[in-house]
Amino acid sequence: MAENGDKQTGPEPSNRVVIGVTFGNSNSSIAYTVDDKAEVIANEDGDRQIPTVLSYADGDEYYGAQAKAFLIRNPNNTVAYFRDFLGQEFKSIDPTHCHAAAHPQEVEGTVSFTVKDKGSEEDASTVSVPEISVRYLRRLFGAATDYLGKKVTSAVISVPTNFSEKQREALISAAKEAEVEVLQLISDPVAAVLAYDARPEAEVKDKIVVVADLGGTRSDVAVVASRGGMYTVLATAHDYEFAGVHLDNALIEYFAKEFIKKHETDPRSNPRSLAKLRAESEATKKALSLGTNAQFSVESLADGYDFSVTINRIRYEMVGRKVFEGFNRLVEGVVKKAGLDVLDVDEVIMCGGTSHTPRIANNFRGIFPETTDILAPATSTVAINPSELQARGAALQASLIQEYEAEDIEQSTHPAVTTVKHISNAIGVTTVGPDGEAFTPVMAAETAVPARRTVHIPAPKEGGDVLIKVVEGGTHIKVTKPEPKEKEEKEEDEDDSDFDSDEEEEETREKIWKIGSALAEAAIRGVKAGSKVEVTINVAADLSVIVTAREVGGKGGVRGNLKAP
Amino acid sequence: MASVATVTLPLPVLPEGWTGEKDFKSLGQLSGAVERSIEPVGPHFLAHARRARHRRTFSEDDRIQAQEKAKNVEDVDDGEISEPEDPMMLQREAKDWKTQDHYKILGLSKYRFKATEEQIKKAHRKKVLKHHPDKKAAQGRTEDDQFFKCIQKANDILMDPIKRRQFDSVDEEADVDPPTKKEQKSGNYYKLWSKVFKAEGRFSKTHPVPTFGDVNSTQEHVEEFYNFWYNFDSWRTFEYLDEDVPDDNENRDQKRHVERKNANARKKKKAEDNARLRKLLDDASAGDERIKKFRQEANAKKNAKRIAKEKAEKEAEEAAKAQAQREAELKAAEAEKAKADKNASKKAKEDAKNAAKKNKRVLKGSVKDANYFAGAGEASAAQIDSVLGDVDLIQGKIDNEELAALAGKLNGLKVADEIKGVWSGEVKRLVGAGKLKDGDAKNLA
Repeated sequence: MAENGDKQTGPEPSNRVVIGVTFGNSNSSIAYTVDDKAEVIANEDGDRQIPTVLSYADGDEYYGAQAKAFLIRNPNNTVAYFRDFLGQEFKSIDPTHCHAAAHPQEVEGTVSFTVKDKGSEEDASTVSVPEISVRYLRRLFGAATDYLGKKVTSAVISVPTNFSEKQREALISAAKEAEVEVLQLISDPVAAVLAYDARPEAEVKDKIVVVADLGGTRSDVAVVASRGGMYTVLATAHDYEFAGVHLDNALIEYFAKEFIKKHETDPRSNPRSLAKLRAESEATKKALSLGTNAQFSVESLADGYDFSVTINRIRYEMVGRKVFEGFNRLVEGVVKKAGLDVLDVDEVIMCGGTSHTPRIANNFRGIFPETTDILAPATSTVAINPSELQARGAALQASLIQEYEAEDIEQSTHPAVTTVKHISNAIGVTTVGPDGEAFTPVMAAETAVPARRTVHIPAPKEGGDVLIKVVEGGTHIKVTKPEPKEKEEKEEDEDDSDFDSDEEEEETREKIWKIGSALAEAAIRGVKAGSKVEVTINVAADLSVIVTAREVGGKGGVRGNLKAP
Repeated sequence: MASVATVTLPLPVLPEGWTGEKDFKSLGQLSGAVERSIEPVGPHFLAHARRARHRRTFSEDDRIQAQEKAKNVEDVDDGEISEPEDPMMLQREAKDWKTQDHYKILGLSKYRFKATEEQIKKAHRKKVLKHHPDKKAAQGRTEDDQFFKCIQKANDILMDPIKRRQFDSVDEEADVDPPTKKEQKSGNYYKLWSKVFKAEGRFSKTHPVPTFGDVNSTQEHVEEFYNFWYNFDSWRTFEYLDEDVPDDNENRDQKRHVERKNANARKKKKAEDNARLRKLLDDASAGDERIKKFRQEANAKKNAKRIAKEKAEKEAEEAAKAQAQREAELKAAEAEKAKADKNASKKAKEDAKNAAKKNKRVLKGSVKDANYFAGAGEASAAQIDSVLGDVDLIQGKIDNEELAALAGKLNGLKVADEIKGVWSGEVKRLVGAGKLKDGDAKNLA
């Protein structure tokens, strides 16, 4: 599906030098693995987030941060935000962000830019988006080659989930043109999940992960079911209205108004002043993610006036409130779209440069329950740098598959292998809870089959014969409105109910397991006191089930089959 | 694979009277499932793909994976100790270390220059364990440490990168002889030569070394290959073959002499090696059908261009010639036509003149026939003169066609009145047309 179709060009698996690449619309990253740990590569300027910008001045090509600086002085020969144009037709591209850079045009049915890339005296030449991408990727791969000291031969590239087949093909051929074999294209959110799951301290468990990829020009949120280390995307949302540049715009507006108060000219009316304003606003935004105060200062912003002003984080959060709220709605919307509740979400992974902003993470903290981990620098000490997640994930995937033949990779990623049944309801056993029968999940809903799960369940204290009742289970959300006068329901945690009654109209929401249809019953006889029973549920690809139960450390046990529906 | 989750809540007690066949009762089936795509990412997916593609169950896959892992470890061990030890080799004396094959001593003769440091270390350790003199002493063979010294020497050399390069430089066992003429003709030309160059490539300072390719290689590939090899940058040195330099305390002159000799010998050997490589390349390229093919293609291309050019020129020439001929023909035809026209017009003019003369005669004759309108009597000279004058006047006023018409009317008329009538009609017509003034030619009116 996503790898190099032409096997002739690929290097031998043993000779491959692989990297992971995130080719973003605003910034790109490259990463490699050393001893199964992913490291992001800094380019020759020392940048780990390399702006996806190419600029031409006097016949020289600049890329990354250097090129981005040319947006002020030489915008017409600077190409930025072109990744999303790759593989697209002119009529379907959004040129908004290129307003202050080289403008996209339609030339012979392809999106192109006109830049003077051959020196000042030469006429401008027209460069198509694929060609620009090839040139940029070549620089990116070149930086990796310089860093590693070995020619990079292959890469895994992460792309948004809504990349069309055409865009994928365009990207693969662009990489091929830049002399790098694409082993696989993986989707951005899954790369981020993989980056977290590949940490040595991470353990494989069943969880629902929301990946909020908040980038420069777009935000993509995905709900991923992680089941025994296998990932299934349940829902995605893509937004082009709430992203990093919109925070920049809010700051631009704020600073422009401040400037007008002092000097009575609008720095936004002059393209060059606006570019300066934009560059410094972005820098200020980044500074405010780290500190609570930031200095905004531009020399000769407009009409020769220097401008310097301090802004604190609270002001910034007020200025950008609309955008921040947009992020909240986006995340809530996609959870709903997946047919889930925020209580079902076990982890929120925040990635993309905008995720550094503490306000966004704190807002998410408010949306999701206490039990949900919000993995962002502001809310978690173990969070990985959000900007580096996807490149790391891609690098890890690259190291996993680098020994495979291209054909093997193709076969493994074939839809026949990747499309499998996912069970709709959780499977579990009934246990004795404080208020009667309780459902204990063994295999969560949305688990891809074939799957196998094993649990150890304690037998009753006194031992003896036990019943293992395998049932399906569902969840529902129980909403409890606190009634200050009646407290009998929540006697066991009084602190909580006190807290609740302080805040008016605050309702508590709980996820309650409900026992569904019974699947099987089994008996284990003569279990020793204090012993445990091991139950293994094995669901085959055709949804037939094998249940095995035995006493831990004991012999024999019970085994039974359920027919496929 | 699956880790075991632990639950805190206990299982219920088996109710009284519960029975099931083999203690198991099947009650239902799974309710439905949704087809979704799993993301082909991560180690667990790879395991899933492996199971799916080979149709293995979890436990089968676990077993096969475990077996494969175990086998891998064994393979590595096997590879290094499986090389049989030549009894002759075991008899070697340590002082002959210059002639010994260090890789063979360590049992690495199939890896040679490709052996990694790790492999050398492991191989050395194994050999040490096997041939340690203390072990032999235990078997009653004392003073038998010669082969052990050989092993140590081999390890010294192979673990020192500089010494190892010096040895690799002269390690003839790793060389691949160029194919003979006979072998070259057997059809394996590219395979045999690529082996040779692969072996030679070990001396390259720059990597990767381009491969020889095969019969279908592109022109760029072949050109890159030959360019690379004709500009080959080799690290090969020949220090290993140096004569032993005597100690300082013996004879300084002798020492310097030997050192000089060694330096010269190295230089000479290096030059010889370069010449050898060049010859190798010449031989390879001489029989290389690909070069011939590319040359032919290039020639064919050039020729095609030339032929096309010549053809175009010839065509242009012919076209020009044809054009010229056509123009000449056209000119001739025009001249002919002009001549004919001229003759025709001359004749017509003459005819017209003759006709006019004849008509004039008729006109004059008619007035004569009418006796100059003098009635019955003899016309006076003055009368004749005036009538003829009028006729001349009318003749001068009318053109040839009118003259012919008038002559036609007058011709054959003999009666004076009729003639007079015709004339008067003519005069009237001319007066009407404004050619004559009223009163002119009153004799004829």
